[in-house]
Amino acid sequence: MNIPKDLLYTSEHEWIRVDGDQVYLGITDYAQHHLGDIVFVELPELDTEVVTGDSIAVVESVKAVSSIYSPVSGTVMENNEELEDSPELLNEDPYTNHIAVINMSNPDELEDLMSPADYEAFCAEQE
Amino acid sequence: MSLKQTPLYQMHQKYGGKIIDFGGWALPVQFAGIIKEHHMVRQKAGLFDVSHMGEISIKGIRALEFTRYLVTNDVKTLQDRQIIYALMCYPDGGVVDDLLVYKFSNEKIFLVVNAANLDKDFAWIKEHAFSDVEVENLSDRYAQLAVQGPEAERILQKISDTDLSSIKFFWFNPEVKIAGVECIVSRTGYTGEDGFEIYVSPDKASYLWEEILEAGGEDIAPIGLGARDTLRFEAKLPLYGQELDKDITPLEAGLGFFVKLQDDDFIGKEALVKQKQANPGRVLVEFEMVGKGIPRSHYEVEKDGANIGWVTTGAHAPTMNRAIGLALIKREFNLPGEEIDIIIRNKAVKARIAKGIFYNKNTKSK
Repeated sequence: MNIPKDLLYTSEHEWIRVDGDQVYLGITDYAQHHLGDIVFVELPELDTEVVTGDSIAVVESVKAVSSIYSPVSGTVMENNEELEDSPELLNEDPYTNHIAVINMSNPDELEDLMSPADYEAFCAEQE
Repeated sequence: MSLKQTPLYQMHQKYGGKIIDFGGWALPVQFAGIIKEHHMVRQKAGLFDVSHMGEISIKGIRALEFTRYLVTNDVKTLQDRQIIYALMCYPDGGVVDDLLVYKFSNEKIFLVVNAANLDKDFAWIKEHAFSDVEVENLSDRYAQLAVQGPEAERILQKISDTDLSSIKFFWFNPEVKIAGVECIVSRTGYTGEDGFEIYVSPDKASYLWEEILEAGGEDIAPIGLGARDTLRFEAKLPLYGQELDKDITPLEAGLGFFVKLQDDDFIGKEALVKQKQANPGRVLVEFEMVGKGIPRSHYEVEKDGANIGWVTTGAHAPTMNRAIGLALIKREFNLPGEEIDIIIRNKAVKARIAKGIFYNKNTKSK
């Protein structure tokens, strides 16, 4: 299971890359592996105001429908439109293909996220 | 509750199957990945464990007569070693199960039923059985493997002395040896491709599984339930619990071809005759998504904001590479080309009623 050291993680198997006030958000290798072949991604709308825990996107595999929850509060600045035509990119390379970029309104919320080591332990418990 | 294991459970583990609970059975949902497996069956061949399916025998002088009373199709037209698809109905025309009828002889019939319905089916058949027929649940005596795909016959022929081309579509041979193992082999399946279903003693199942994979080499792979579902869906083959149910009749599901209402009596006939005369109020239609989204089973269907039915099965179809579905809707809205709405996560997403957009079956039915 690939868990890059320079990212933060949630218990919903999402990864977060912090870049100043912005965070890039995607799904982890664990998530894509357990979902199986991803065939559809419903992206968040630009400029949407989100609160931590809001369902902002949906990832659908052949068998499963899975919500993506915002790990922070803020505004959706960007969505990765490439996933609309090529949802399989989330299987092929989950860490270079983000789903959305959010401009944080409260960076303190990052403290609630998991470190790579914590996430690795969390995944081990799930198995 | 612990899950039931088929005789091939060790094989699923050996080949990296991802095991799930399928109606109380521990079965693999996928091996290499659902889409990859799906294409493998369409292009070459796949090996399935379908040992969870139920087998029920009906024996006695009136076995054929009783089977005719039990199911919608005219089993009396069958020759020995021929197979027919049929529905078993309740008196109100709703479906108990859909099944295959294998005729060994007038005195010996074999029914192959859905795993999830086996106990219910067996009780139903026993309850209605004529006094002089013997009904037996043989499900534990058979493992069942399916080899499906354009390469199926070539691969199996390598390890069988029986000329498999002599087994025509919807016929079977109860005396075939594959890799030296005695089997019942039928030219049937649930994928829309040519192929065979093989009934074998449980203690020989794993050996046979390995022999078939070895004979096929690169041209065959183990296939899980995920691809079994996408393959059957693309070929528009019905699934009990979705296209068929106790509240859906075969006529509503578009299976009138398998319901023979002339002459003989059978359970549900009266209700079905009435429904046919009046035209069923609901009809199963094909649709394609216009807006973005994947239709899923039980999503509601609307027209101008009013509910007109629901999605029975929907999916991203791997062969056509787009989202399509089947829906049971009110008859008056069945107009190919008409736009309807599929309610996906509380939002109305545009779809269009269509005809002939499903996969053209490659079975040897001609």
